[in-house]
Amino acid sequence: MSHAGDAGSVSGVDTVELAQRTPEQPQPYAELGLAEDEYARVREILGRRPTSSELAIYSVMWSEHCSYKSSRIHLKQFAQRAPKTDALLVGMGENAGVVDVGDGWAVTFKIESHNHPSYVEPHQGAATGVGGIVRDILTMGARPIAVMDSLRFGRIDAPDTQRVLPGVVAGIGGYGNCLGLPNIGGEVYFDDSYAGNPLVNALCVGVLRTDGIKLAKADGPGNHVVLFGARTGGDGIGGASVLASATFESAGKTKRPSVQVGDPFAEKVLIECCLEIFAADLVVGIQDLGAAGLSCATTELAAAGTGGMDVDLDLAPLRDDTLGPEEILMSESQERMMAVVTPAKLEAFLGLCAKWDVLATVIGTVTDTGRLRMRWHGEMIVDLPPRTAALEGPQYRRPIERPLDQDAINTHDGHDLPRPRTAAELRATVLQMAAAPNLADKSWITDQYDRFVMGNTVLAQPEDAGMVRLDESTTRGIALSTDGNGRYSRLDPYAGAKLALAEAYRNVATTGARPLAVTNCLNFGSPEDPAVMWQFTEAVRGLADGCLALGTPVTGGNVSFYNQTGTTAILPTPVIGVLGVIDDVARRTPQGFRTDGGLVYLLGDTRDEFGGSEWANVVHGYLGGRPPAVDFARERLLADILINASRDGLIDSAHDLAEGGLAQALVESCLRGHAGARVVLPEGIDPFVALFSESTGRVIVSVPRSEQVRFTDMCTARGLPHVRVGVVDLLSSTLDVQGQFTIPLRELRDAWSGLFAAHFG
Amino acid sequence: MRIAGAEAVSLWHADPSLHDVDAVILPGGFSYGDYLRCGAIARFAPVMDAVIAGAKDGLPVLGICNGFQVLCESHLLPGALIRNDHRRFICKEQVLRIENTATAWTSSYRPRQEIVVPLKNGEGGFVADRRTLDELEAEGRVVARYLDGNPNGSYRAIAGICNPAGNVVGLMPHPEHAVEALTGPGTDGLGFFLGLVVDEDAA
Repeated sequence: MSHAGDAGSVSGVDTVELAQRTPEQPQPYAELGLAEDEYARVREILGRRPTSSELAIYSVMWSEHCSYKSSRIHLKQFAQRAPKTDALLVGMGENAGVVDVGDGWAVTFKIESHNHPSYVEPHQGAATGVGGIVRDILTMGARPIAVMDSLRFGRIDAPDTQRVLPGVVAGIGGYGNCLGLPNIGGEVYFDDSYAGNPLVNALCVGVLRTDGIKLAKADGPGNHVVLFGARTGGDGIGGASVLASATFESAGKTKRPSVQVGDPFAEKVLIECCLEIFAADLVVGIQDLGAAGLSCATTELAAAGTGGMDVDLDLAPLRDDTLGPEEILMSESQERMMAVVTPAKLEAFLGLCAKWDVLATVIGTVTDTGRLRMRWHGEMIVDLPPRTAALEGPQYRRPIERPLDQDAINTHDGHDLPRPRTAAELRATVLQMAAAPNLADKSWITDQYDRFVMGNTVLAQPEDAGMVRLDESTTRGIALSTDGNGRYSRLDPYAGAKLALAEAYRNVATTGARPLAVTNCLNFGSPEDPAVMWQFTEAVRGLADGCLALGTPVTGGNVSFYNQTGTTAILPTPVIGVLGVIDDVARRTPQGFRTDGGLVYLLGDTRDEFGGSEWANVVHGYLGGRPPAVDFARERLLADILINASRDGLIDSAHDLAEGGLAQALVESCLRGHAGARVVLPEGIDPFVALFSESTGRVIVSVPRSEQVRFTDMCTARGLPHVRVGVVDLLSSTLDVQGQFTIPLRELRDAWSGLFAAHFG
Repeated sequence: MRIAGAEAVSLWHADPSLHDVDAVILPGGFSYGDYLRCGAIARFAPVMDAVIAGAKDGLPVLGICNGFQVLCESHLLPGALIRNDHRRFICKEQVLRIENTATAWTSSYRPRQEIVVPLKNGEGGFVADRRTLDELEAEGRVVARYLDGNPNGSYRAIAGICNPAGNVVGLMPHPEHAVEALTGPGTDGLGFFLGLVVDEDAA
């Protein structure tokens, strides 16, 4: 194989000219993840065999991660069946969608996975996950203003969770804190299926003026292509090491680490530098270097713009000058950006970079040739039509088959699981649930994240949604929530996606913000497993149906496949993020009880629904049956009531009922507000069902006595079921469920708050 | 500073001029080279020469968090800040007691006033040798102390100190995040900035 280097190229590199002369030379396409027919297609596109650099580009650009080759045909329905809205300024396909939130403000937000790197090297994997999504937001022309993260781990007491969880949390905190971005929420769940494949989904939101949107395209022949930010190093090279060792055996290179290493301070400087560059209007187009590094940035910019680009790869600044061109093209070194700049503005652009000590180098030119051409040591090593790499990759309609055990898991619904009956049993169950990993206090994690920085955070974890003011000059703010219950999705992925959407939507409305738009991170097993593809397509269909019903479009997202250990896939985990807007952040509704004598109302209907419930999980370790029903018309009505009540001051606290049902919501509202409550369970419902059912579309609110009539009249007029279940008692220091049991808040707090410190120190 | 009624002027690290400001705040956050030792490289920023010269002439200087670290590295304040004893970054609402109300930055507080402000640091453990600690205590140069638990292992629960003249104050917690009830635990932190503005007005 190494004869490529011996066969006549001056530089010892595989050139276009050499590729033409040696059509039969074997190439390591399989090791790079290209299928035989994909490799054949590359040869057909080029009319010859690819050079090793071209092979590097196609292999990363046609990877599942970059090309969405198994998912793209299914994801189309997010656009085809999108609800009508005039809020969407930029839709799917760009680095992130942009939503109009009024008064000339726009926000852009997106969630993305960094699952596999976070398992291999938890700290750096999670850190660079934050770094990557923040650059995506920056690339749209926005100032990043907050981050969130959605995490899934194996059992809390599994030995590897001891390694993975603290590393992931420290990585997220270390990177985000240094960027000066408040971390305002997220979720964490534990399940055996994530033991060998944790999920780290990072979300970032940014703000910009509607006329400041930047797009990733290389327009205008003769414009400069500038690479700026960090130097390119050997980190993050996955497949390239295969190529390198296949092509340069004699050079004896070792395999390079495939997890990138982040430098958050460099990214912070890059952010501020970019924002000044945007403000001075110095770029035609811009793209961050994330997955697939230079390969992705050059092909995507060229494909979206005039269509051609000439690049002199020798000019790319390197951290390690032994890197070959294939490695430079595939490196995922962090904190790098690429901009297209007109000759007239180049000096100003380079001047700003110099001010911020950001290295910037012109490495190429935009052309109208329709070809991406790259030179190395004076020889042509890449000459390809960029669209074929960036936009016209393979697309598959993978086989789909309902899992063989799906009927059995739905039929065995656990109706015969023993339920607590006596007051003492119910009391013990409340405490047992509050202390369970999925419901217990997460402050061991969230206290490692800076939630105050920037001075605009209005709500942060453990509130139902995070909320930040857009800027000190306005009262306008946004609220964000991410949700996704893998257990529900395992029972019914179509319903699971709808449930995740409904909960995130409800969480946003619970704080008083109006839900506007959706992002998603779809975490699944191998798309080559027909049962996984069934789960995936059902979830996509569910999300598209849900978005249509709620009137909230999908603005972008991410698919993560191959999340499995051996042949065992993770629970199907669609994580859904919903963004909402609130005109005046001072009107937000917090979660904790805070007004003495406030009347606690339960909104919505409670049914006997325990399929996939946290009670079945905690008490019986059981998963079976059907997840709770979801009613989008009811969700819209509930959201309307919550938003109006918040605006008009009719409620002073609100908390969504989710895992753990009414009992857990009461525990959290009491502990959050340091306030006791006297509760009377609704008549005509079994006390166990009333306390622990996970029926959706429910929220508890606290209504000041002075507003009781106005509030209940509004619910009655709009047809929203509401039942008074108690009263806030600031001084009692107990959660008193009358006729059943009383638990001192101190005992509740001890149960709820000790778990993480006990496991992680 | 703006909420306290003053005008904020950004100073650039590479600009050796202080542009005639009346006081300097070295804010929290991160600075270049923190991975070596927090503030160890930032103290060499060109602007620091002017800050150090000004501080010696009585210019009010407040270093918050990373700024406190820079002041220690610059030897404007004694001691050092090391990794939290529990080895984790911590972000929480922290109770402090103002121990010295005679500094340029704390004059609007009552003696021994207890306040709640956010604390957020990874390297917030204040350490010094015993003699220095005794000196700080004896001279009343401990400006603020942690109450209700020591969040980072600081010796003698010290949250902030000042120089002998009282014009240079270093503080690990973040009073600037407690200036608006909506976005912080309250407005207890405003006093650090009001004290200065009131003094300036009087002068």
